[in-house]
Amino acid sequence: MSMINYAAREINCKIVYYGPGLGGKTTNLEHIYGKVKPETRGKLISLATENERTLFFDFLPVDLGTIRGFNTRFHLYTVPGQVYYNASRKLILKNVDGIVFVADSQLERMEANLESMQNLYDNMAEYGYDLTSMPFVIQYNKRDLPNAAPVSELQAALNPGWEPADPAKARLSPDPYHAGENLVSQLPTGEWVERAQYFKAVAIGGEGVFDTLKAVSKLVLKALA
Amino acid sequence: MQPAASSWSFEEDDLNAITRTISRFLAETGARSALLVDRSGQLVTTVGDPLGFDPTTFATLTAADFSANDQLARLIGETDFTTLFHQGERESMYVADIARRLILVVLFDNRTPIGLVRLKMKPAVEELTGHLDRAFSRARASGTTQPNILAGAGDEIDELFNW
Repeated sequence: MSMINYAAREINCKIVYYGPGLGGKTTNLEHIYGKVKPETRGKLISLATENERTLFFDFLPVDLGTIRGFNTRFHLYTVPGQVYYNASRKLILKNVDGIVFVADSQLERMEANLESMQNLYDNMAEYGYDLTSMPFVIQYNKRDLPNAAPVSELQAALNPGWEPADPAKARLSPDPYHAGENLVSQLPTGEWVERAQYFKAVAIGGEGVFDTLKAVSKLVLKALA
Repeated sequence: MQPAASSWSFEEDDLNAITRTISRFLAETGARSALLVDRSGQLVTTVGDPLGFDPTTFATLTAADFSANDQLARLIGETDFTTLFHQGERESMYVADIARRLILVVLFDNRTPIGLVRLKMKPAVEELTGHLDRAFSRARASGTTQPNILAGAGDEIDELFNW
């Protein structure tokens, strides 16, 4: 739930990075922390175990500029990826405005990706949130690894799409980030399918990290407009 | 208290009323400062002595602390814990739920007795709940909280991310 503070002239939004353990959620935040100007970000808080596994969450506030005199402040959170920590994970999702699912592209992590995606849908549903009607993007991380699955395979498994709830959306809608691909398309059977935006990334080197952040933030602000 | 509106915002008058209530509470108890935090971890306002730490971080951790304790309460068969008390050697904090929407955090040192904080907290919380109730009912009455400042801002949003 975004909060508009008219007194402080701030729009505050919450974005959660979700995904399987060791997929690169914290790495995304660390890269953002290292790259944005210090005056536009706060501290990076990590509630982690001694061996740097996220225990509760990581948190980074960033200002992404001013719109109509209001400062846009995004609170970025990660969740603990390990299955064991579901109670904490669910807490972080409360009042979320936008979701980034960080998938681990490695073939052997497919099962973990699927499990985490299912867990995301379940946790969101428990709050009464519908992932298909809110700002949601998918990041396929670790594209540099030799055992990375083809994007088409990851898309088929993790981003098969859903039927657009609004009939007005049932028309070809090109993916602005991938030429020749569509976010809304028609199946040979005639049904329309809408998919989440996706990005390829190598978070450890920063590739795709800001594209992902920009896309989700933009969707969040547009949802308010 | 009716269920809160799904989206809401503060106006200048709300914030002034909230600040007055909290200032009086601080004066009555001798507590140093207070923060008002949204349940999702966003800082609404701070009142009292300047804080020697980053309030945004503090707000986030407060909300997480409160949410975690809510879940603990449920595990032991309570619906929630409406207050939390963290005691330090010199500095302590008392945390209270406001209308299940906000969290009031009061920071005080060992010159302020905890009993006094507890005693004065109850009427302060009731008063704050009243202020928020007004903000919520206004939100419900008008359908939205405020004229949408981002209405029709599509192009400006595109521009904002043009980096």
